Parts: sequence; C-alpha cells; structure tokens
Amino acid sequence: MPEDDPMSAPTSRESQPAGAQGDGNGAAPEQAPLTGRRFEPSQPPAPPARAMAPFARRVERRRHVTDRGVAVIVTGAFLLALAPLISLLYTVVSKGMARFDAEFFSVSMRGIISEGGGAYHAILGTLIITGLATLAAVPVGVMCAIYLQEYGAGRLKRAITFFVDVMTGIPSIVAGLFAFAAFALFLGPGIRLGVMGSVALSVLMIPIVVRSTEEMLRIVPQALREASYALGVPKWKTITKVVLPTALAGIVTGVMLSVARIIGETAPLLITTGVFSSVNVDPFDGRMQNLAVFAFNEYKSPGVPPEPSFERAWAAALTLILIVMALNVIARLVYRRYGTELR
Amino acid sequence: MSAITDITGIGHPGGSRRLGDRVFQGLATGAGVLILVVLAGVAGFLLIEAWPAITANAADIPGGEGLVKYIWPLAFGTLVAATIAIIFAVPMAVAVALFISHFAPRRIANVLSYVIDLLAAIPSIIYGLWGIAVLGPASTGVLNWLEGNLGFLPFFEGPASSTGRTMLVAGLVLGVMILPIITAVTRSVFTQTPRRLQEGALALGATRWEMIRMTVLPFGRSAIISGSMLGLGRALGETMAVAILLSVSGGVTFNLIGSGNPSTIAAHIALDFPESSGLDVNALIAAGLVLFAVTLVINMAARAIINREVRY
Repeated sequence: MPEDDPMSAPTSRESQPAGAQGDGNGAAPEQAPLTGRRFEPSQPPAPPARAMAPFARRVERRRHVTDRGVAVIVTGAFLLALAPLISLLYTVVSKGMARFDAEFFSVSMRGIISEGGGAYHAILGTLIITGLATLAAVPVGVMCAIYLQEYGAGRLKRAITFFVDVMTGIPSIVAGLFAFAAFALFLGPGIRLGVMGSVALSVLMIPIVVRSTEEMLRIVPQALREASYALGVPKWKTITKVVLPTALAGIVTGVMLSVARIIGETAPLLITTGVFSSVNVDPFDGRMQNLAVFAFNEYKSPGVPPEPSFERAWAAALTLILIVMALNVIARLVYRRYGTELR
Repeated sequence: MSAITDITGIGHPGGSRRLGDRVFQGLATGAGVLILVVLAGVAGFLLIEAWPAITANAADIPGGEGLVKYIWPLAFGTLVAATIAIIFAVPMAVAVALFISHFAPRRIANVLSYVIDLLAAIPSIIYGLWGIAVLGPASTGVLNWLEGNLGFLPFFEGPASSTGRTMLVAGLVLGVMILPIITAVTRSVFTQTPRRLQEGALALGATRWEMIRMTVLPFGRSAIISGSMLGLGRALGETMAVAILLSVSGGVTFNLIGSGNPSTIAAHIALDFPESSGLDVNALIAAGLVLFAVTLVINMAARAIINREVRY
C-alpha cells in the first residue's frame, strides 16, 4: 500500500469529488449495505452510527484503497503499453542512423555483395506500387462511401456496410494470395509483377477509405444538401459540388492515413512483387522491390559479413517509420487547417 | 422559365438531369457492389488455386501425408500464438481504454488515444525486427526463470531458448500489435456509458472504481468481447512479425519457451512462398484459404456483436 500513494497522486485530484461524495453521503444509514457487493434498499436501517463507527471506517478505508489501487493499475497499464512504442522507436532510430546517408537514398543493390548499396530501387518501387494502389482504391472507396451515405438503402446497403467492416479484418497475406491467385490463373504460376502488389494493397486499402470517407460525408450538414436541392441542383451535382468539397479535407486526411497503413505492408508484396535488387519502374514488367520487403530480405538473407545487410535493414525500417509518421502528422495538420467547415 | 421546368424535373423521371443522376448513382452503386465482388473474388480465386492441392494425392503434398496433416501444425501454431496475444492484450487494452476514458485528464485524453493508435501505425516488419533485436534477447532471463520455477507446467518445460525467439515472445509481440484495435473499440463504448448511470452510482456513494465496475464495465461488456474478437482476427493473420521473429522446427508442442516451435499459417506462407513452385504453391494457397475462412468467420461474428449493440 505505501508504494501506491505517490503513484496515485496525479490522479487524486479527479478522484476527490467522487470520494468526497462517498464520505458525505455514507454518514450513518448507508454504511451497512455498502459492505455488501450491491446496494439493497430492502435491508433494515443500520444501527446507530456511533456503534458502527470503527467498522465503517475500516470498510471505507478498504473501498478507497481499492479505488486508489485500481487507479494505479490502470495508469501503470497505460505506461506499460507505451514502453514498447518508446523502445521500438529508440531502437529503430539508433540502429537506423548508421546507414541513413545519401548513398542509401541514391544507389540500388545492383552488384552489391557486402558493404555500400542502398534502397533507391526499393523507394521507387514503394512509391509506384503504393501510388497505383491509391489510384485504384480512392475512386472505388469514395464512390462506395457515396453510395452508402447518399443513395444506399435496404439490404444491399446493410450487406455492403457489413462486409466493408469484415474486409478491414482480412489478413494482409490473404490479400497477397488473392492477387497472386487472380494473376497466376491467367499469366502462369511463376508470375511476379509490381501491379499485382498494387492490387493486393488496394484490397487492403479500399475498406479503410470507405470507412473514413463515409464518416466525413455523414457529418456534412443536411442543411447544405437541402439548400442545394432548393436551388434546383440535381442530386449528383449536389454531391460533387457541395457535399464532396465540404468533406474534402476529411477525405484527404482519411486517404493519407490509409496510405500510411499500407505503405509498410510486407507480406502481400513478398509473394506478389518478389525480391529484386535493381531499379525497375515498370509495374507491368517483372519483379519490383519495395522498402518493407527490402528490410525483410536484408535481415533474413544477409551477405557475408552480415553487418552491412543488417544496417541497411534498419535504415530501411527508419525510412519507413519516418514516412508513416510524416503521413500521420501531415494528415492531422490538413484536417486541422482545412477541415474547419465540419466543426 | 427554364428554371421552373428544371425544378419540376427533379422529382420526375425523364429530362436531361435524370441521366446525370442515373449515371452517378450507377457508378456509386457499382463501387459498392464491387466490394462484395472483390470479397467473393478473394474466396473464389483462392479456392480455384487451392483446388489442385485439395484434390491431390496425399503423397504429393509437402510432408507426404496429405493436406490436413500439412496444415494442422500450422493451424496449431497460429492458435497458440493468437491465444498468447489475446491473454496479454485484452486485460491491458481494457485497462488502457479505462485509463483514457475515465482516469486521464479530459484535455489530454485525445492525445493519449492518438499515441496508442501509433502502435497500430508501425509496420509489422518493424515489430519483427524489434522483437528479434530487443525483446527476444531481453526476455531470456524471464524464460530461464519460467523454466526453473514453473518448469512443471508443459508450457514452460524448456529447455529455454537462448535467443528469445520463442512462441511466448512472438505472442507477446502480437499482443502489442493488437492492443490498439481492442483499445479503440472498448474505449469508444466506455465513453458512451450513459452519464445518468455513472452519476447515479457516484451519488449513491460509490467510489470511482465501484462506479466503473457497476456501470461502465457491464455497459461495455459486449464491446470488450467484440474488440477481443477483432484483435484475435488480427493476431491470427499477422504475418511478418512472426515470420521474422519465431524460430521454427515444425513440430506440434505446447512448450512456449523453447527454440523449436510450430510456425503459423501466415508466417509459413510468407517464408515458403518465394521458394515454392508447382503443387507446393497450391498447398500454401490452401493453407491461406483456411486462414481466410477462419478470420472471416471471427470478423463477421465480431461485427455482428458490435452492430447489435449499436442498435440500442
């Protein structure tokens, strides 16, 4: 118990009103029932306060100690949850800095056996694969959200809403297998293309875009739509000229967050775009490297000696984290700066 | 004049505007239906490509003993890893959600939940690297202690791994990865607990914890269940962290702290797929189909619970 007190000090300010109420209310008659798990009004009134006082004080004390204890546990759980995040960020930054240099961003792995080399080809590949996936997922996702919010009704709407939610839980490796199976059926079993990775990623991205866009369309005031209809504007023009521009900042934010979610995907790309050590900018022709797969490959099959490979893997991890964090921060800034119409 | 006809044109079929509306509505509906088609396509294409393995002779499947014998150890490993993850993550996530919704100062609650969401933003490959470089080596002391003191349990039989690349550590990393989704689902329902219930409990003299136990937790019970199921779905399908972290021998064992572990379906696919050809690829896709079916059922059940709750 003594170690509980200092820890709970920060939260005690909030707990005081509740605690004070408890003390104030529970003067005499309520003491006895409170010893039980539940308040039972049918019980007879408690004996006079004076006789019960020591007992009551002990009960009160136990209740408040429990309350404090829970506050400490819950706060501790939160801090414990932060520990992996902090440790992970520290590890990636400290290990990634060794090769986080100009060469890393300007050279591919072509002809590199041990030292040197970089992720230029992987960064290009990441941009192309993710860009294509975004190009495919955003129109489909936004139109689907428009259907759900502006047109949808009945069983079809309910089915789509339900399966969009279900789709957010598809394991990424299954999305990769899907893209592979679909292409392999027509192009043969050994096929590896950049665009296959884009298909896999768009399967993962679409439901996220639908969810966030739908959320944004929902908070566009109904009055705006009605004003537009009252001016004789048809529904599709109301949507494209009034509803979408109003929600634009929110939609852009959602798209950026969904890009951040898929840009670090490894598993689906490992089986669709393969591993490649040179620059390839044509997603429809041959294998393509990507940052996450690059990091995985450098760590899993290092050269001799392994250290330069490990350093490249950590530098790639650092690059990925920076991209993801930048997308997260910029997305929130966009929403804060331009999303004011909605708040 | 034209304005008048335009206005009357809105409600009626026919007229030039009707075409634009029809096309746009068709596009939107098409996009919605496309989602259902894609989901059906995932199942369909996986089934087509898995079919050769399903119908093949048992001797031709990797391992030589048929598809069931091939997938079973992987499914077992997947279940064990996900179970460990859930055991760690659910109590943590509920506590974190409570902290954010009822204990943290109101003003910084949003920032705190954003910080927890960052855990979900980190790519899984980086969790794998972190697990193998930091958490694994750091855990060897604990693993040795478990072997020495709880070695009578089959889970901690030993010999303890010296690298920490064990099922227990892999499950722990998965637990960290699924923590944010469980936290997000439970927190959003905890904050919706009716104020009158909470204030009523406080007015009756309950302490904050008693109030939470009597109002917030019962109210959020189904959110905890469905959030845990969503987390379970994530843990079952999580690939790269396990692929890079777990040291695999392939056998079925309950020993969680050794260096010979069963792989998981997802990790096995990721590791073996690049080097496979012929029927091996079909067998891997069949394993993927099993994973897809299991996660689909779990996710559907979880969403059904959430949706039922929302209707209140």
